[in-house]
Amino acid sequence: MGTGFDVMKRYSVFAVAREAARYHTGWERAWRSPMPKKKYDAIIIGAGGHGLATAYYLGKNYGITNVAILEKGWLGGGNTGRNTTIIRSNYLQDPSAAIYEKARSLYETMSQDLNYNVMFSPRGVMMLAQTEHEVRGYLRTAHANALQGVSTEFITPKRVKELVPIMNIDGPRYPVLGALWQPRGGTARHDAVAWGYARACSDMGMDVIQQCEVTAVRREGGKVVGVDTTKGSIDCNKLGIVVAGNSGVVAEMSGFRLPVESLALQALVSEPIKPCMDVVVMANTVHGYMSQSDKGEMVIGGGTDGFNNYTQRGSFHHIEETVRALVETFPMISRLKMLRQWGGIVDMTGDRSPIISKTPVENVFINCGWGTGGFKAIPGSGWAMAELMAKGEPGPLAEEFRMTRFREGQFIDESVAAGVAH
Amino acid sequence: MSTRLQTGGRLLDTSVAREFTFNGKRMTGYDGDTLASALLANDQMMVGRSFKYHRPRGVVASGAEEPNGLVNMGEGAFFEPNQRVTTTEIFDGLKATSQNHFPSLEFDIGAVNTYLSRFLPAGFYYKMFMYPRAFWKHVYEPFIRQSAGLGKAPKEMDADRYEHFYAFYDVVVVGGGVAGLQAAKAAALRGVKVLLMEQTAHWGGRAPVDGGDVDGAAAQVFVDTLVAELSAMDNVVMKTRMMGAGVYDHGYLLGYERVRDHAPKVKGPRHRLWRIRAGQIITATGAIERPLSFAGNDIPGVMLASALRDYVVNYGVSIGDRTVVVTNNDDAYRTALILKNAGLEVPVILDARAGGGGALAQAARDAGIRVENGKAIAKVKGGKRVKSVAICAQAGEGSVLEEIECDAVAMSGGWSPVVHLWSHCGGKLVWDDADAMFRPNPEKAPTGEKGEAFVLTAGSASGHFGLDAILQDATDAGKTAAAQMGGKPVDVIAPAASARNEAPLEPVWMMPQGANIKLRMKAWLDFQNDVKVSDVQLAAQEGFESVEHTKRYTTLGMATDQGKLSNINGLATLAGALNAPIEKVGTTTFRPPYTPISMASIAGSARAEVFQPIRNTPIQAWHDANGAYFEPVGHWRRPYCFPRTGETHAQAVEREILQTRKSVGLLDASTLGKIIVKGPDAGKFLDMLYTNMMSTLKPGKCRYGLMCSENGFLSDDGVVARIDEDTFLCHTTTGGADRIHAHMEEWLQTEWWDWKVYTANITEQLAQVAVVGPDARKVLEKLGGMDVSKDSLAFMEWKDGVLGGFDARVYRISFSGELSYEIAVPASQGRAFWDALMDAGKEFDVMPYGTEALHVMRAEKGFIMIGDETDGTVIPQDLGLHWALSKKKEDYLGKRAQERSHMVDPERWKLVGLETLDGSVLPDGAYAVGEGHNANGQRNMIGRVTSTYYSPTLGRGIAMGLIKHGPDRMGEVVEFPKIDGTLIKARIVDQVFYDKNGDKQNV
Repeated sequence: MGTGFDVMKRYSVFAVAREAARYHTGWERAWRSPMPKKKYDAIIIGAGGHGLATAYYLGKNYGITNVAILEKGWLGGGNTGRNTTIIRSNYLQDPSAAIYEKARSLYETMSQDLNYNVMFSPRGVMMLAQTEHEVRGYLRTAHANALQGVSTEFITPKRVKELVPIMNIDGPRYPVLGALWQPRGGTARHDAVAWGYARACSDMGMDVIQQCEVTAVRREGGKVVGVDTTKGSIDCNKLGIVVAGNSGVVAEMSGFRLPVESLALQALVSEPIKPCMDVVVMANTVHGYMSQSDKGEMVIGGGTDGFNNYTQRGSFHHIEETVRALVETFPMISRLKMLRQWGGIVDMTGDRSPIISKTPVENVFINCGWGTGGFKAIPGSGWAMAELMAKGEPGPLAEEFRMTRFREGQFIDESVAAGVAH
Repeated sequence: MSTRLQTGGRLLDTSVAREFTFNGKRMTGYDGDTLASALLANDQMMVGRSFKYHRPRGVVASGAEEPNGLVNMGEGAFFEPNQRVTTTEIFDGLKATSQNHFPSLEFDIGAVNTYLSRFLPAGFYYKMFMYPRAFWKHVYEPFIRQSAGLGKAPKEMDADRYEHFYAFYDVVVVGGGVAGLQAAKAAALRGVKVLLMEQTAHWGGRAPVDGGDVDGAAAQVFVDTLVAELSAMDNVVMKTRMMGAGVYDHGYLLGYERVRDHAPKVKGPRHRLWRIRAGQIITATGAIERPLSFAGNDIPGVMLASALRDYVVNYGVSIGDRTVVVTNNDDAYRTALILKNAGLEVPVILDARAGGGGALAQAARDAGIRVENGKAIAKVKGGKRVKSVAICAQAGEGSVLEEIECDAVAMSGGWSPVVHLWSHCGGKLVWDDADAMFRPNPEKAPTGEKGEAFVLTAGSASGHFGLDAILQDATDAGKTAAAQMGGKPVDVIAPAASARNEAPLEPVWMMPQGANIKLRMKAWLDFQNDVKVSDVQLAAQEGFESVEHTKRYTTLGMATDQGKLSNINGLATLAGALNAPIEKVGTTTFRPPYTPISMASIAGSARAEVFQPIRNTPIQAWHDANGAYFEPVGHWRRPYCFPRTGETHAQAVEREILQTRKSVGLLDASTLGKIIVKGPDAGKFLDMLYTNMMSTLKPGKCRYGLMCSENGFLSDDGVVARIDEDTFLCHTTTGGADRIHAHMEEWLQTEWWDWKVYTANITEQLAQVAVVGPDARKVLEKLGGMDVSKDSLAFMEWKDGVLGGFDARVYRISFSGELSYEIAVPASQGRAFWDALMDAGKEFDVMPYGTEALHVMRAEKGFIMIGDETDGTVIPQDLGLHWALSKKKEDYLGKRAQERSHMVDPERWKLVGLETLDGSVLPDGAYAVGEGHNANGQRNMIGRVTSTYYSPTLGRGIAMGLIKHGPDRMGEVVEFPKIDGTLIKARIVDQVFYDKNGDKQNV
């Protein structure tokens, strides 16, 4: 099932050939760049992956297309465009496994759904067990996944080595004792996910409005009526806040507080080399994860800085720890060079699981708290948020991620098995 | 062809020849050559292939900005891909091979892409390869992956050594050109501590090549004098071959020193990463010349004008016999004059400015060089070498006026200050119309914690191009930085120097101005990633209007040079396409490092054995000598078991358990956390920390305690002993010691800072041994010296004494269900004490046991284990530990959280014992299932296994688990699916499988 792009707008090898003949002068804008209308049925704040996916499924699943997606910077410019692109669903707790698996399955057909090649590549994701405790933890996840409909298995060190010949599985400090293996996990081209959704939303008649910062959320009688922006005042019936690192700021504009704090998560890439590792490897005991992009760069993620902040800067101390761990795990990267390092602002909740929820303000809905693991969730998150916004009540995917769970003590804690890294 | 000249070569020592190979071909260079200059001296114009179209690539620059000249270097354990030839100094035996081609550099199958390039514009892959779906994984992507990447992956373990160096300076100057030298001098004269670093092997930067006078003498004389002066100053440290890699918050600066890349046979570390805290940073990082965008500007032999003159002056290398110069500014005339003076031909200088140049242009004319104003290159012709250029009017669409044969082209589009280090930590830029460049905005510098600026710029890094202005700016920067750091108010005066005497530059972002699409599709912006003017324009046409979108859509500036040559030209092209001013378009973000740095230098010396150093107990050597099989626990390695010859691990564990239960076993318990909590408020403090009441514990007694997080979840457990009225000793789990100590300190320092309590983690001060089993008392009695009878030392009591000559503290506690003593002695006596115990136990067949036997025995006895029965989501109430939750206390950490609605939900899973019906062992991590599925289609689960073992004592599998309504369902059978779907049935039983009444431990 594809989108409704007409034949001249539709992307295909034939379209590329047609355009090559006329020096590519016929390509249209991937998305329109409109000024805001006076009023929309729904406004989404934040044109990152999650916000755009929410809008897309509002249109696709519920026929709600009088929608604006407001972005203070450029679309896809937050964590969607600065993560390490890992997609997996081997989570332990039921609500997490459900939403991440939904997302993973939507990624499988995303290129065709959006008529945009997001290069989802199910190359397999491996999480190394390097202590007896980790072995037991991943065995537990494998058992849970089997009952959750998520296909994972616990594999031997020998199989690990077959899949990743460049790995040193006999390290003197933490020998590899096995791994949790999800063959259908993988990576996707992160920017393309945002661009594909933006193009599809625009084609459905939605307005993606960039350089449009929300400065106030207008309410009347406990209900939202609109927002003020740097491009004027806009009315709406429903408002979705999907702004990741800035969630606390927009929530405050709306008159409520969130159990969220913002931290910088560090990542880096090496210079490109010819393919040497096909799968994604995560090593939680030593804190590091690595995959190789289609461009040939080794994409490396580490941890969050130990203090709250809103800058998207790289810092050195985590990079040192991460690279040290990965040189130990993959000795061959020792003579590669770090090309670039950066930081992204992640919004963390008390249990490190997201919030997809109604809020104290009627018709204001929030989707945040994805922490270090948001990219992989984008389509599932959008699907669940769209259902919440369309119906006014959460569906089964979103229900457990309600904001009030912190007051009830009903945490969804993944640190049990997943460690820190995503 | 390119060749070595008879004269020139400022940086060479031609008396020392250096032999090296390129693609197996033997070549010779001189001491002082870079690999680039040596290759060019051997007429190796083509050095690699581009990323996407596999086009022939030659050296285009002479420094860190080089995008094309990347090679594989070395062999085996010294192999390294993507080495930049312009920053690699040659040495004898250097082996380089070119990259990204098959089968060879000259004949590359991938070059077919260049003929398909019309079908492969920016972002083509987002529009194709979608159907059929399965083809992406199995056909398209494997093909794309194979053709991507540059150098080969190293295969072997790196045999070199790397290190970190920590340094503190008042002022750090990055860049050793005339600006850096002068800034360093100005700062140093004010008496502050100065570090000056230069990324190349030479001081002086461009000035000695570009010319100009200082104090009436040549720039080189000035450089030599300054270097001598600075070298003589005690408060100045000077380092060459050291690059400023990144600027971070609070004046943190990374210096990347390539200690012996140029001399691999010298002993010592290869790279040294300097981790510097700088009071003030001065970036005197110079400027980089911009290419011009004309068709065929990527053909080997087209080079930056400044690079061409560098090769002549510094290395005595001519790139071609006939060099066409094309420019929009006066500086490129210097290249023409230098070439002419070297006896080389410059058939024409094409100056895109209608009004032409100033004094330098006149000098060129006077030297007999033809100068054409308002003219441009329509197209460079050639494949693997430049053959000719077609000339056109800059103002037109590219109609060819004349074709001139040549073998090199020198291009200059003006200069851009190197602003990377300025920008890393938030320094802002401003657009300078006069020189068409972004330069640092001194009003918006990176700021420290008090809002004070901590980065300054000097010289051409600030956007100055006359020697006089550069030296004045550098002097000011040095003085200001030193003043900020409390330097003496010594006045330093900038030397007199030549002024910039040039006609204004005219921005030229496309050549010719009205170039048609066919020319734009051949005009390169990013040479390595194959991004052309037409690609950026296509991105704009398709709505990728943000500079970040354009970058990501086209891959402009994402190559290994990170856009040092391509960024400004790309931005200007985008601005043109959007009809917006360049300053509105802005730049992409500058990220560390300035040029790529080795992963090994980041990791430093902490590798292999010293990667996370292993903590050893005083008894470790005995374990090593006696065949222990270890497991990592925290930063320790604990014996998992002690297998004897021919034994499996499982058999060893079984033997250790049976022997301990039968007579006596020893466990090295030294890793257990031991924290002293002392002070008048110690009891009150522990009452808050533990769920139990600790303040009522009597000296001489022990109590098992639980600790919870603020969210109520059980986080650690252990035995607390009261030593005296205001001293407690808290035992923690092995993995929990550091965490719990930090937890205590966090509360004491942030919430209860006025409580009189001190804590100390004394884990490593003591060796601790558990003596366990029915014969444990006999072993201790054999050692003698202390009364350890039941009456003198009852269960859950402790006392001090001398045992077998050792100062000992003996605890009567048990984690196995047996009669058991844990005995602490000073760490220094740990090994001797262990030996004494082994000796005394010999007649009882004493044997050591490991962590697995410990785990099995505690499970047989029904004791919980932190990390097994708990996972951060379990509260004490789930584990039937209500007895440890004091009801008398008003508060403790976690108490309020445990009153939340979900915490008191009767549906919570509760701890029980589990026995398989067939006696088998339940799989680790198995879940119990109920009827049906939940709303998300997941199987309904009603519980899970938390610990599961084969019990040698009982001869069958035993387990503990958390089961919904478990304690109310004793005797019922629940089902646990294995991963393959088959079911194992287990009966819910009491969790204590062994010695329910405690007859064994209380003897």
